[in-house]
Amino acid sequence: MTADPATESGYADHPKRMGFFTDTSICIGCKACEVACKEWNAVPEDGLAFTGMSYDNTQSLSADTWRHVAFVEQPRPLGHQQHGFGDMDFRWLMASDVCKHCTHAACLDVCPTGSLFRTEFGTVVVQDDVCNGCGYCVPACPYGVIGKRESTGVAAKCTLCYDRLGVGQEPACAKSCPTDSIQFGELDELRERAARRLEQVRAAGVDSARLYGHDPDDGVGGTGAFFLLLDEPEVYGLPPDPVVTTRDLPSMWRQAGIAAAVLLAGIAVATWGSRT
Amino acid sequence: MDDDPALRPEREATVGSAGGRRRRGEQPMVPPAGFRSYYGLPVLNEPTWHDHDIAGYLFLGGLAGASSILAAAADLTGRPRLARAGKAGALCAVGGSLYALIHDLGRPSRFVNMLRVFKVTSPMSVGTWILSAYGPQAGLAAATAVTGLFPRLGRAASAGAGLTGAAVATYTAALISDTAVPLWHGGHREMPLLFAGSAMSAAGGLGMFAAPVAEAGPARNAALLGTAVEVAAAKAMERRLGPVVAEPLRQGKGRLARLGEGLSVAGALLGATAGRRSRAAAVVAGAALLAGSACTRFGIFHAGVASAGDPRYTVEPQRARLSAERRA
Repeated sequence: MTADPATESGYADHPKRMGFFTDTSICIGCKACEVACKEWNAVPEDGLAFTGMSYDNTQSLSADTWRHVAFVEQPRPLGHQQHGFGDMDFRWLMASDVCKHCTHAACLDVCPTGSLFRTEFGTVVVQDDVCNGCGYCVPACPYGVIGKRESTGVAAKCTLCYDRLGVGQEPACAKSCPTDSIQFGELDELRERAARRLEQVRAAGVDSARLYGHDPDDGVGGTGAFFLLLDEPEVYGLPPDPVVTTRDLPSMWRQAGIAAAVLLAGIAVATWGSRT
Repeated sequence: MDDDPALRPEREATVGSAGGRRRRGEQPMVPPAGFRSYYGLPVLNEPTWHDHDIAGYLFLGGLAGASSILAAAADLTGRPRLARAGKAGALCAVGGSLYALIHDLGRPSRFVNMLRVFKVTSPMSVGTWILSAYGPQAGLAAATAVTGLFPRLGRAASAGAGLTGAAVATYTAALISDTAVPLWHGGHREMPLLFAGSAMSAAGGLGMFAAPVAEAGPARNAALLGTAVEVAAAKAMERRLGPVVAEPLRQGKGRLARLGEGLSVAGALLGATAGRRSRAAAVVAGAALLAGSACTRFGIFHAGVASAGDPRYTVEPQRARLSAERRA
């Protein structure tokens, strides 16, 4: 089991770790969370264009999309949902994706300015007045969450509404969700709730249901925002087995040290072994 | 019932009733199962870095670091013109790399902002400090070599630049490997050696290009040795990446890496043969080595960006890892 990230970051007396449990089985794809997030956080619009791809015009998370509702069309029935629809053999999967607020966050690890920090709630936040715009966090994120905003040149992503949490409010997306697909709370309690819900959905005949990001032993030490999915993660655009990139950093530094020694020794051999 | 002549099993059999042999025969018509994605959209966000800035930086940083080492070694063995070429080249290269970094960041104050913390978990932070230690020494080494003033200070600076130069040339491999980009992260074990070899051959190329034949022996050897290390590391890296993740190195702009290898091998061989006698051949060989090193860095940069932009390279290796764990 991994320690609490807030404790690891040096908070002595801090609130319980807070997070999201997004139950995609009851998401209706209204995208109210996307809008509420944009409104509350004053996130700029990310282009008004028809993609022609699906009913999802947002496509993915970025600096200007902190919540993204994915729409997945599949030619297969969904548990009991096909009742009343005759012989319809077609289902929509909808899932509201968000920053995972990883226990071991690659974006935070690689940030060279200390702009990204761990809050007392165990979440990960960017300070846009400190951010350099170096863009290192962008390819470091194994989930493709954080992005660099074109208009400001600095990185931006979901803050889990840090400003609202501080005054005891729930994040804007969870507040606006009409079906409670997005649930906010103490992470331990959410995990119990998710386990109960998984049993319920499976009992209803949806055998493909699974939890994603709930396991503290996974490649990122478990996430602060986890999901109940009805299909494989990659179907929703999520990586099946993400790993925090800095897990291999000791080996990388060792190899870089060996390479530096090889470089010094190689040039020494090339010089002193030369007859001219 | 099966021999009923009215029943035509080929056409009217229910789905799934065909024999095993026939089904195997049909499979090539069907796309391989297993890989699924969200409308083919990438899982990762592509690096926002510009190739001419960051790939250029990877090349120039390697050239600068290794040139400082070669120059320091030339100093110690009494080859003043090779040393001067290396020091001047290193200063130009580190100047160019600083320009590229700042151009990518947008404004100079953002480089200074990086010095507010030191984080070992961030190769970029470590690299900023390495550059801050290396840059002034490389500058001092070049200035004293060109003007002939303060020879003792110059020797100390050239030794210091040589030692920190080794870090400048290799930390960039850790920098790009410490990302989720499948090709860069997958190659993290071999990438530093590949960069060290490529830097060594670039410095050798610069030495051959700028120093007289009589003094360029170490440069010719460095080019040969560096190219050998680079090619061996590249082969090992491709093997570890496997056929899927290594694919971007064989497509599009990723093919620059292969071209770079070819140019380096050609330059190193030409330098070691005709370059021993003919100044013109040495210049051609040196130019080929410099171009080869640049192509290698641009190729690896572009292949990495391409591997982040296609969900296949993210999903397939992770799926393979999961099923291997499940089997174990």
